[in-house]
Amino acid sequence: MATIVFMDHDEGAFNPNSLGVLAKAASLGGEVTAFVGGSGIDDAWAGGLGAYGASRVLVADDAALAGLPQPLVDALEPHAREADTVLFGAGVVSADVAAGLAARVGSGINCETTDFTLGEGGVVAVRPALGDTVMVESTFASSPAIILGRANAFASEPTGSGTAPVERVAVTVQEWSSAARMAGREQAETGGVDITEADVLVAFGRGIGGPENIPVVEQLAKALGGEVAATRAVVDAGWTSYSMQVGQTGKTVSPKLYVACGISGAIQHKVGMANAGVIVAINKDVNAPIFEFADLGVVGDVLTVMPKLTEALAGR
Amino acid sequence: MNIAVCVKEVPSATSAKRLDPSTYRLDRSGDSELNPFDVHGLEEAIKLREAGHEVEEIVAVCMGRENAQRPLQKALALGADRVVLLTDPALAGSDISGTAYALATVLEKQNADLVILGQQASDADCYVMAAAVADHLRRPLVTQVASLSLEGGTLRAKRQTEHGYDVIEATLPAVISVSDAINTPRLPSIKAIMGAKKKPTDQVSAADAGIDPSRVGEGGAKSVVRSVSPPPAKQEGRRIEDTGGDSAGAIVEFLAERGVI
Ligand SMILES: Cc1cc2nc3c(=O)[nH]c(=O)nc-3n(C[C@H](O)[C@H](O)[C@H](O)COP(=O)(O)OP(=O)(O)OC[C@H]3O[C@@H](n4cnc5c(N)ncnc54)[C@H](O)[C@@H]3O)c2cc1C
Ligand SMILES: Nc1ncnc2c1ncn2[C@@H]1O[C@H](COP(=O)(O)O)[C@@H](O)[C@H]1O
Repeated sequence: MATIVFMDHDEGAFNPNSLGVLAKAASLGGEVTAFVGGSGIDDAWAGGLGAYGASRVLVADDAALAGLPQPLVDALEPHAREADTVLFGAGVVSADVAAGLAARVGSGINCETTDFTLGEGGVVAVRPALGDTVMVESTFASSPAIILGRANAFASEPTGSGTAPVERVAVTVQEWSSAARMAGREQAETGGVDITEADVLVAFGRGIGGPENIPVVEQLAKALGGEVAATRAVVDAGWTSYSMQVGQTGKTVSPKLYVACGISGAIQHKVGMANAGVIVAINKDVNAPIFEFADLGVVGDVLTVMPKLTEALAGR
Repeated sequence: MNIAVCVKEVPSATSAKRLDPSTYRLDRSGDSELNPFDVHGLEEAIKLREAGHEVEEIVAVCMGRENAQRPLQKALALGADRVVLLTDPALAGSDISGTAYALATVLEKQNADLVILGQQASDADCYVMAAAVADHLRRPLVTQVASLSLEGGTLRAKRQTEHGYDVIEATLPAVISVSDAINTPRLPSIKAIMGAKKKPTDQVSAADAGIDPSRVGEGGAKSVVRSVSPPPAKQEGRRIEDTGGDSAGAIVEFLAERGVI
């Protein structure tokens, strides 16, 4: 059983989802190889993955590997071909590498995986599907099996101590892989409110209609003594800033109360807030997935309900 | 330049979603629609044309059942010039691997400078098809694009990661997938709906497309469902229908009962 875990990282920090998958793989016994691709990788830092259960670490170090998925597929491919299983934690780059690798080596891929077992009988992966209404257990008809975990599905505590031996590997980048270039990063602004600290969050999505209605959300948040948060759709659309975003590529929050206003409840949003104590959803679409996991679902027009609720809270 | 937009036929939002207990495949017998995430891809292609880029042709490419012709009419009404429907019983049961290979085989013949996919399909909830297609086509890739511009033979795209926004440039021909916030799709006019009926729709079989049958369908699937079970039971939430804001009192009561206010 040769298992490789792809380690996503940024600015000297491993993605907690990658660490979680590594720790889970190691907990199943057997040798687990961690693969770290990037530019200017420090051996001691990479070797530190021993604390998460890696028995050895492969380091592919090349300027081409900084943050773009296709050169990483090139670097990983020869090692993946030797493996029975290649595991990925949730992440934007990880997902691209996992799928690119699956196409390259002709493998099956399981996405949104929340649990897996590795054994002589083969790999079994479990994923919730159809809006988390069924649990689907899959096996693989070819090798290597490729698994892409769900965000926050695997905890990332260190499982052991010590360091793992590091081995540097050669990289050959395909010509088409260099046709995309990183031109810059628009960093999330820091400072301001930290939504992960708030006891009450009133979050809004595209259902509030437009940025002109954000003050209505703010008033409700104020009446509840909480802060405002948002979905990716409204952040991408430029209505508010990235630091407000809850979900897979935003923040993970667990307030005592989460009020979702005009939010569909897409899985990538859910993974960031499903651990809130009490979830209230206001949405006019009775079929919205958010109602599947809200403690209180209010089917109605959010722009009517929010001000009335603010008023009722003030009257207490 | 030519643009190909991948569009999928999915069960409509209002139809109950279930897996067929004997085949473990999605029950597609109910109403279907164009995957709402793919409509953003079509809209982006049309916007590029409207922005003055010389877009000779926008082709919508679909792998799906013969029934997909109906939702594909919407793609034409929205502004696609032509559709290609890859349909063959041999393709049913394809996994991500098989679907990416089949789509790429059809796309290879479309001579597209830009291939656009949606961020995910609403039935399968994976968001990996673009990366797999790009690898088959050996073209540069940018996924989850939240804003897009073109200049000469290069595209410039912004995409969100766990750290904020990356700005990525890629040389055409390229493959991208678009975020559902990249644009607000228009509704087709009556005239466009009528006009759609006159646009060409090609229907091709797996053999027509040159697809190796051993790599697709249930037999070619590399990911095999072994069993299906209900999720862990959880407590049903409470539900209120609101009219004109009359739920406010009940919401306050609920919050007080739960001790959060
Ligand atoms: C790799 C990846 C990572 C992602 N990461 C994140 C993430 O971190 N966070 C995140 O949020 N998303 C993330 N997404 C996006 C996610 O898939 C959804 O697209 C997004 O969460 C949808 O946002 P929304 O609910 O605001 O918009 P929509 O899905 O458009 O939902 C709007 C809702 O408002 C309702 N509505 C409309 N008008 C009204 C009204 N007047 N009154 C009441 N209700 C109304 C509608 O019925 C609808 O349900 C990610 C996607 C991918 C592929
Ligand atoms: N008759 C068919 N022809 C072409 N593609 C199909 C057909 N039936 C299903 N598909 C596609 O094959 C994939 C797997 O389908 P299913 O097994 O029905 O979930 C999906 O992308 C479907 O759209």
